[in-house]
Amino acid sequence: MEHTVNEPSERQKPQTKILWKVFWILLILTAFEFVVAFGLDADDFKYTKIGIFIIMTIVKAYYIVGTFMHLKDEVKSMIWTVILPALFVVWLLVALVAEGGYIGLVRK
Amino acid sequence: MAVAKTSLNPDHLAWQGGTQPMKVGYGKLMMWIFLLSDTFTFSALLISYGLIRYSAPAFKDIIPDMTHKTFEFSQVYWPIPERVFEAVPFLHGLSLPLVFVGLMTFILIFSSVTMVLAVEAGHRRDKADVEKWMLWTILGGFTFLGSQAWEWGHFITGTEGGLLLADGTKVFGANLVQNQYGPPAFADLFFFITGFHGTHVLSGVILNIMVFYNASNGVYEKRGHYEMIEKIGLYWHFVDLVWVFVFTFFYLV
Repeated sequence: MEHTVNEPSERQKPQTKILWKVFWILLILTAFEFVVAFGLDADDFKYTKIGIFIIMTIVKAYYIVGTFMHLKDEVKSMIWTVILPALFVVWLLVALVAEGGYIGLVRK
Repeated sequence: MAVAKTSLNPDHLAWQGGTQPMKVGYGKLMMWIFLLSDTFTFSALLISYGLIRYSAPAFKDIIPDMTHKTFEFSQVYWPIPERVFEAVPFLHGLSLPLVFVGLMTFILIFSSVTMVLAVEAGHRRDKADVEKWMLWTILGGFTFLGSQAWEWGHFITGTEGGLLLADGTKVFGANLVQNQYGPPAFADLFFFITGFHGTHVLSGVILNIMVFYNASNGVYEKRGHYEMIEKIGLYWHFVDLVWVFVFTFFYLV
């Protein structure tokens, strides 16, 4: 890919449309989380709510890492270098939260 | 649509061997590796929260008739976060659950978009635009830190009523050993997780001020590229990313 360095004399136009779009997406998703937090009854829909919150968080993380941190524009090996090790955290999460439930049971 | 990437230019950013592994500058790759290690640290903290929370009894385990509406604080069971964090500055006495935290989240998202606009301006080598957006980002960072200081102050001071213990004494607010809102572990985790995140915000603001200073003095103009803005931008967005997770797992769930 050829890329020329911009001389200060030939200024490029700002390309900020996608950035502001992601900003609005993040804002709307957070607002939606609030609607869910107070719109759904916490006693009856406890796990529905937790599920929605986790999905919203992953979607927001995708936009922040993909667009704001430009990871989407990097080469494939770079993307996997970052994403693959981070994915193993999911195992730690599942293992330790399950362990926490078991500790609670034993204590009773 | 893709934003132009000055970092792809090998003239400026080739490694010592003369090539660019994975087509990124050395500093940028190392920033990513650092952020990966920071991910593990924050994951460990948040997952510890998950473990301790699920090992502690919920209010339904102790008092089956209690609902979220009739919830009252006790040190025996885990509190509901929306009842703990319901105060807003200048609106004393009103119950506004999570409103202030929501505001802090908006502030951080806003400072994140101004940061990425500074990075974009750096790609165009537009010095004035870089300075403008860096200043907005610094302002957002300070506003967030101030909000967090207020939130900590309120959490430590506690409410007027306090919490009446079984032995007749009253507890006000929270510290590392006593907590009016629930088990002391809840306050400990609050201080550690939001404190560690706040430390990251503080160092992010300091780094932002440093690159703003350098950009204003034309250091990056002379260097021929604004990759430093990109590197600090990565760090700043990571801090925002962590807050997204803290917001969900500490305040919402």
